[in-house]
Amino acid sequence: MNVIVCIKQVPQTTDVKINPQTNTLIREGVESIINPFDMYAIEEGVRIKEKYGANTTVITMGPPQAEEALREALSMGIDEAILISDRAYAGSDTWATSYTLANAIRKIGNFDLILCGKQASDGDTAQVGPGISSHLDIPQVTYVKRIQQIKDNIIRVERMMEEGYHVIESPLPCLLTVVKEINEPRLPSLKGMLRAKQAKITVWTQKELNLDPQHIGLSGSPTQVIKIFTPAPRAGGQILSGDPEEIAGKLLELLKSEIS
Amino acid sequence: MPIKIIIEKCTGCSLCIKACPFDAIRILDKKASIDLNKCNLCGACVEACKLKAILLEKPQPIPLAKDIKDYKDIWVFIEQKNSKIQPVSYELLGKAQELAKKLSCQVVGVLLGYNLDDQLDELIWRGADSIILVDSEKLANFQDEPYTNVLVKLINKYKPEILLCGATAIGRALISRVAVKIKAGLTADCTGLDIDPERKILLQTRPAFGGNIMATIISPDYRPQMATVRHKVMQPMEPDKKRKGKVIREVFDNSSYTSRARLVEIIEEVESLVNLAEADIIVSGGRGMGRAENFRLLEELARVLGGAVGASRAAVDAGWMPYSHQIGQTGRTVSPKIYIACGISGQIQHLVGMQSSKIIVAINKDPFAPIFKVATYGIVGDLFQIVPALTKRFKELKAKGR
Repeated sequence: MNVIVCIKQVPQTTDVKINPQTNTLIREGVESIINPFDMYAIEEGVRIKEKYGANTTVITMGPPQAEEALREALSMGIDEAILISDRAYAGSDTWATSYTLANAIRKIGNFDLILCGKQASDGDTAQVGPGISSHLDIPQVTYVKRIQQIKDNIIRVERMMEEGYHVIESPLPCLLTVVKEINEPRLPSLKGMLRAKQAKITVWTQKELNLDPQHIGLSGSPTQVIKIFTPAPRAGGQILSGDPEEIAGKLLELLKSEIS
Repeated sequence: MPIKIIIEKCTGCSLCIKACPFDAIRILDKKASIDLNKCNLCGACVEACKLKAILLEKPQPIPLAKDIKDYKDIWVFIEQKNSKIQPVSYELLGKAQELAKKLSCQVVGVLLGYNLDDQLDELIWRGADSIILVDSEKLANFQDEPYTNVLVKLINKYKPEILLCGATAIGRALISRVAVKIKAGLTADCTGLDIDPERKILLQTRPAFGGNIMATIISPDYRPQMATVRHKVMQPMEPDKKRKGKVIREVFDNSSYTSRARLVEIIEEVESLVNLAEADIIVSGGRGMGRAENFRLLEELARVLGGAVGASRAAVDAGWMPYSHQIGQTGRTVSPKIYIACGISGQIQHLVGMQSSKIIVAINKDPFAPIFKVATYGIVGDLFQIVPALTKRFKELKAKGR
């Protein structure tokens, strides 16, 4: 079985704070990390390899420094890594990104299962995973919280919904996007880190992929960002004091009109 | 080079550095310099630069196969589960009516499912000018492939100008798949929608970086302009029983309804009182709850208020609440009318999941807890005394029947 894990390198958004004076982002010391949701996809890929015996490949599209993210995935036990990097892909929206990744996956050729995190923590769109499966015209299951089994070329999974979950069976190849509940990502072993440090990372540029210029980068993207701004910070609140009974009484008066 | 600094104009004032969400600009030799490996060509710096010293070359528009003038009307994908229409669909119909007035067009509800005839009037009363209904037993429950097939066929046939859909589990999976098939622009999880008065295009505003920045996005050259919209942000219309509308019934051949993936079973988790995403009131607990049993206090308050119970990551990781209740970066994003945070310190990862709530009440022992910075009403004190007192008061209020 061949498993492909798609990941994204993102800024560690937990460090993004707003300077209240200038109303701008403070980004000093912001590091790049693997998108937290993708860590679950990597871990699940490694678990499938351990349980069923699979060849695992991690891919990412990004600038040259995204190589760090691929090495981290290798250190956790993924076998191979491919970096898709070209200035021609800069400014891609989710349509162009999923087009580019889908074509890289086609170039890899053999694949049975594609794993993605449910969304990236910078863009929060949750659109690239389903976009890839749509380009490849394979079945998809989003928000997967558990893989029950893979047997006779059929995968059975649990998909998280608002009021419970759906049990879904899909033939392979298919694409899953995974949520946090699916597993607990491991820490890389020392051996894994050494291997990752020495591993060769394949780099594919537009020369290797030769994609239709109408569908890549900024000009191939249907959406355009026209404005970026920081939201007005929430107005300072009111502190209620007194003994618990008094506080409860005050709060009741304040909330009364909102409660039907 | 799609973006460049016009060196003669740049004074090294560094306004662009503050505007850049990707940390791609530095001042070198008193002039701005853009690291193209980090730059995402978003254009935030171009707008921030008062000296017009940054040039972003707009890409050559690619001639489209579709003539965008043929596309008209605003469609709302109506989400149903168990043949029951989901509240987010009514919110979108309300918003769509507002947008339709600015475009002088119609609002069309698009409904896929089974046995839905009894709910069509309600859709019309709440904003649909007409309904396209695909009623088939095979569409009773959402499945990605048949829903995509049918929606793509309908879009190709009727050519809507705008398509809106709830940013729900179903909506996000379905619309992403559809947008790829028809090469349309899609913006996720919008919290603001408007029409540009001159260009008559859809302005889609959404949070990114966990709500720390907002972006306005357009898709001027592609149709339909598609967006998923967050729950509880848009206002539904009051039902107007005088409104009339026609229902168009569409039938497709069996191949459109086939799915390679198969829905085996639907498991409803009844422990939740109310669906968190749809709840008007959420009572949420964090590390300060101490142990699982203490969540009963929150459940009681939620029951009295007709709300749902949420939890911070700390409480979920401790095993006190199931993951399906987790609110925050790695859990759900919610925006209820009232969010009551009990014993939650308010780390940024939690705040991004709830800071768009209308009213935030925070109860915490630590007066310096970051949650107080976003709280509308802050209470420094012992939640184990305050929550039961609140429950008692609200119970009395309900008993009085107001």
